[in-house]
Amino acid sequence: MDVLQLLLSGLANGCVYGLVALGFVLIYKATEAVNFAQGDFMMLGAFIMVGLVNPQFMGLNFWLAVPIALILMATLGYLLDLLVLRHMFGQSQTAVVILTIALGFVIRFIAGVIWGHEPQNLHSPLALGDVRFGGVVLSMADIAVIVVTVIMTMLLWQFFQRTKLGLAMQAASQNQMAAYYMGIPVKRVQGAVWALAGVVACVAGILYASKGTLDISSGFIGIKAFAAAVIGGFGSLPGALMGGLIVGIIEPFAARYLPAGYSQIAPYALLIIVLVFRPHGLFAQVRVKKV
Amino acid sequence: MSLLDLNGVTLKFGGVTAVNNLSMSVNEGEVFALVGPNGAGKSTVFNMISRFYRPVRGKISFDGENLLNHRAHEIANLGIARTFQNIELFERATVLENLLVGRHRHRKSSLPEQMFFMGRVRQEEREHRLAVEEVIEFLDLQAYRDKMIAGLPYGVRKVVELARALATKPRLLLLDEPASGLSVEETQDMRWWIDDIRRQMGITVLMVEHDMGLVSKVCDRVLALADGAKLAEGTPAEVQSHPAVIEAYLGTSAISKTANAKGERV
Repeated sequence: MDVLQLLLSGLANGCVYGLVALGFVLIYKATEAVNFAQGDFMMLGAFIMVGLVNPQFMGLNFWLAVPIALILMATLGYLLDLLVLRHMFGQSQTAVVILTIALGFVIRFIAGVIWGHEPQNLHSPLALGDVRFGGVVLSMADIAVIVVTVIMTMLLWQFFQRTKLGLAMQAASQNQMAAYYMGIPVKRVQGAVWALAGVVACVAGILYASKGTLDISSGFIGIKAFAAAVIGGFGSLPGALMGGLIVGIIEPFAARYLPAGYSQIAPYALLIIVLVFRPHGLFAQVRVKKV
Repeated sequence: MSLLDLNGVTLKFGGVTAVNNLSMSVNEGEVFALVGPNGAGKSTVFNMISRFYRPVRGKISFDGENLLNHRAHEIANLGIARTFQNIELFERATVLENLLVGRHRHRKSSLPEQMFFMGRVRQEEREHRLAVEEVIEFLDLQAYRDKMIAGLPYGVRKVVELARALATKPRLLLLDEPASGLSVEETQDMRWWIDDIRRQMGITVLMVEHDMGLVSKVCDRVLALADGAKLAEGTPAEVQSHPAVIEAYLGTSAISKTANAKGERV
């Protein structure tokens, strides 16, 4: 029972890591850039929800606030691309990476100014009650996280496999010039990717805030999610989710069975092992061609 | 009737005039070639037509439509497709997938319909697949249908790029050096394909090509460029024997030798 309990709560945590990792992979797939502010996007999405829902701020109904928060984050993603990242066109990857790290600082600062530096609890209907079955206790929030993540991943998968926009995103990431002459408005498509990354981050943020307290440094789970994305194989959507789940599950087990403190480094130890033995990640789509 | 018209087009990169007051028109249904030494501005003309560059002066129109009012991604929708000198394919995708991207402009269903793969989308997908299969058959790509681009030899990639351009069902096809890097046999195939593209599919072709053998076999008209300006225009034979063209290719001394040799071929 003990093992099952650890597994399930690890799974719920892992889903949040997985969703943030999905955001990393989305941006990387479509623009070849790594957005190190993805964790802070998540934090911002969560704080926007706190601002809309909690009584000391606007006190809106939770289900009304969800679409508003999603639209706000989508708009923010799109505007960031339009106003900032598009001007980085032709600059080195390093420049883009540093820029997104700086963006993370800016987002943390702004969130601190608006919502304060104290930890907050989102008044979420998902945060109420536990479910017990066969000696295992799961909070409603954990169940919601798992269900929403599964649905989200399926929708994203459908989106990239089947839709004109999803396919255009993949085409634009592989060859911008060719994509243009197939009739794909490359810049607008990349803006749409950033908007989508904003939405995914917001969903992750709402789930994260439903599970526990939130403060402006919550975005640092982005570092763990980045490790998850690399473990899964950067560039693969299902890989990102699997990476997130693995990291999520490893943590409680390391905390339970290893000496104190090891659970903190367990994800990164795994990251190193994966990088040594499978440098393209566990679920990488690229196979190196041997000539 | 002319399909593509360039009127007094000039393009400068800083102090360099890449194309200088160039006028030309390509008629519907013909195969037209741009020739000239390296750096003459041939590819630059292509890049202006596909709206990668904007001319500082002059007009470009396609079927009466002012191309300068359109952006690069809108060109495909007008019915212009192109290939590149240094092949631009989607490397981490199969031949089939590359060709299906060529159908992008013909996808009409909405995002939710596509998301849940509803009836109309399935019907559409069938049509796209059919259109792509026709192109695969036409260019003999059956053996490579499900191969990744990254592993294909140069000659095959070249054909795949042509196939992707055809999959967009264009009215005007721009071919940037279709025979460069091809073997003698492959160039021979290319020649028949260009013939068939014009005859069977009724597509107008504008190409840049160095191989004068290929040019004189497939083209109705040729325009020679040097330093961004027009040197001569006419049938392949006329342009090849034009003194200005010979001078641009071989230098002035060659011209006096030709004059001295009187009638002997250069």
